[in-house]
Amino acid sequence: MTETLTRFFTQEPIRLGAFLLGIMAFVGLNAAYLVWVERKGAGRFQRRPGPTEAGPAGLLQPIADALKLLSKQLLVPAGVDRTLFRLAPVLMMSPALISLAVIPWGESLAARNINLGLLMIFAFGSINVMAIMLGGWASRNKYAVISAARVVSQNIAYEIPMLLVVITVIMVSGTMNLNEIVAKQAGAFWNWNLLNLKANPLMPVTFLIFYICMLAETNRAPFDMAEAESELVAGAFTEYSSMGFGVFFMAEYANILLGCALATVLFLGGWLSPIGILPGVVWFLLKMYFLVFSVVWIRWTFPRTQFYGLLNLSWKILIPISLFTLILTSAMMKLFKVV
Amino acid sequence: MKNAFSEIFGGVKSLLTGMRITIGQFFKPTVTVHYPHQTLPIPPRFRGHIELVRDEAGKSLCYVCKLCEKACPSDCITVEGIKPEGAKRKTVTQYRLDFTKCSLCGSCVEACRDGAIQYSREYNLASLNKDEFVMDLFKRLEAQRLEDEKAGRIPPMAEAPKPEPAQAEPAKPAEPAKAAATQPAPAAAPTQPANVEVK
Repeated sequence: MTETLTRFFTQEPIRLGAFLLGIMAFVGLNAAYLVWVERKGAGRFQRRPGPTEAGPAGLLQPIADALKLLSKQLLVPAGVDRTLFRLAPVLMMSPALISLAVIPWGESLAARNINLGLLMIFAFGSINVMAIMLGGWASRNKYAVISAARVVSQNIAYEIPMLLVVITVIMVSGTMNLNEIVAKQAGAFWNWNLLNLKANPLMPVTFLIFYICMLAETNRAPFDMAEAESELVAGAFTEYSSMGFGVFFMAEYANILLGCALATVLFLGGWLSPIGILPGVVWFLLKMYFLVFSVVWIRWTFPRTQFYGLLNLSWKILIPISLFTLILTSAMMKLFKVV
Repeated sequence: MKNAFSEIFGGVKSLLTGMRITIGQFFKPTVTVHYPHQTLPIPPRFRGHIELVRDEAGKSLCYVCKLCEKACPSDCITVEGIKPEGAKRKTVTQYRLDFTKCSLCGSCVEACRDGAIQYSREYNLASLNKDEFVMDLFKRLEAQRLEDEKAGRIPPMAEAPKPEPAQAEPAKPAEPAKAAATQPAPAAAPTQPANVEVK
């Protein structure tokens, strides 16, 4: 019986279908419940209980929110570019869903184990910048347009150090296959890229740069220039109502999830367990959710930066340092042949 | 160069300090009062709208001297009463407070010679209907009395405004006539508004 089931599920189309369904369910559930985590976290950081009324400990709050959003009218204001306006939320959500297909959740648990997985994630990752820009542009709203312009310059600025850092990791691992990148980090936890000091003594700094860029790329506080509500109402999302806004909102959390999953794979040894108990998936999720929690933690600790501060940080600090780590890594590789 | 590095390290250090503080707060207990489920104690000198003071039997101390009515700068109090057969003093039958005009100045409480009115501790005074703020404090008092009687906190009374027979003897003969002259049928007063207090 189990053998037939195994054979059934290992057929390629069925396996892919199951994975896609699973990823979509996972992203949907996470997007909903990360909102809950965010609100609970915000509450606790400010010494208040957060949502408590809907369900035990407010656990039904995301469902109530979703029902409320679904029951609202999907308003398309006069004068907007209808097609782009409706397309933008979809364009923001889908790259995150597609990119999750190559994330190795466990040793043999990835929808697609392709050789250029990392490249694929970054290729799709740039689309969500375009989605925000399209949404802002199509809205015909001054706040939305300002926000769209900000998003583009911010994301260009942060894409560079992020890619430089990722190149460092690729050089150390010698592959773009995410499964192999994790496998290369096997052994004790000091073999993880985060602490791989013999390849590059600045590896923890590299991780920090990746993490900061991930925050900026997903437009999270303190880099939430796209949705600077005190200056720009809701930025690019000003004109969106109902599930149009809801999808943007979910996409934000899907992107955080993707960013944290990627950081786990690249730096924290993916499914590898530091002490050798529990299956790999559990460790992957633990590491990923720790990063997600720290994203919430950072949001409720730091105020939003000013825009020139944000660009200064990238162009004057992150890019020089990441370039330096890149050169340092190549020098180490050439001189000591460590990898 | 040196400056730039010290700026970066100083910045990172201050960011980490901030994060350490917030995570410290994260694990501390919450400090908010969960309002509909919990409430803070009301301070003893809280000024809600006025209410009639009750004696042990649950009756009003008011004998309709109307000093509060005169003291009120916004003209929001109307007191009516009757002198029951053989009673020494008048009893209140209607105490109308127009809370839409009241500024809680407290002149009425100061003016009352007998301490028959006091500030209530009612603060949940939201309504969609303006009429609900024109309240009859006597009705409110009666409702409270009935509630207390039901709960057994005070002994039941036979009829609300009826005086005890022992008090009937020393009544002055002039008063009933005066009462009849000054009181033009209290029952015919404007519509009795609903009481906000009743839950």
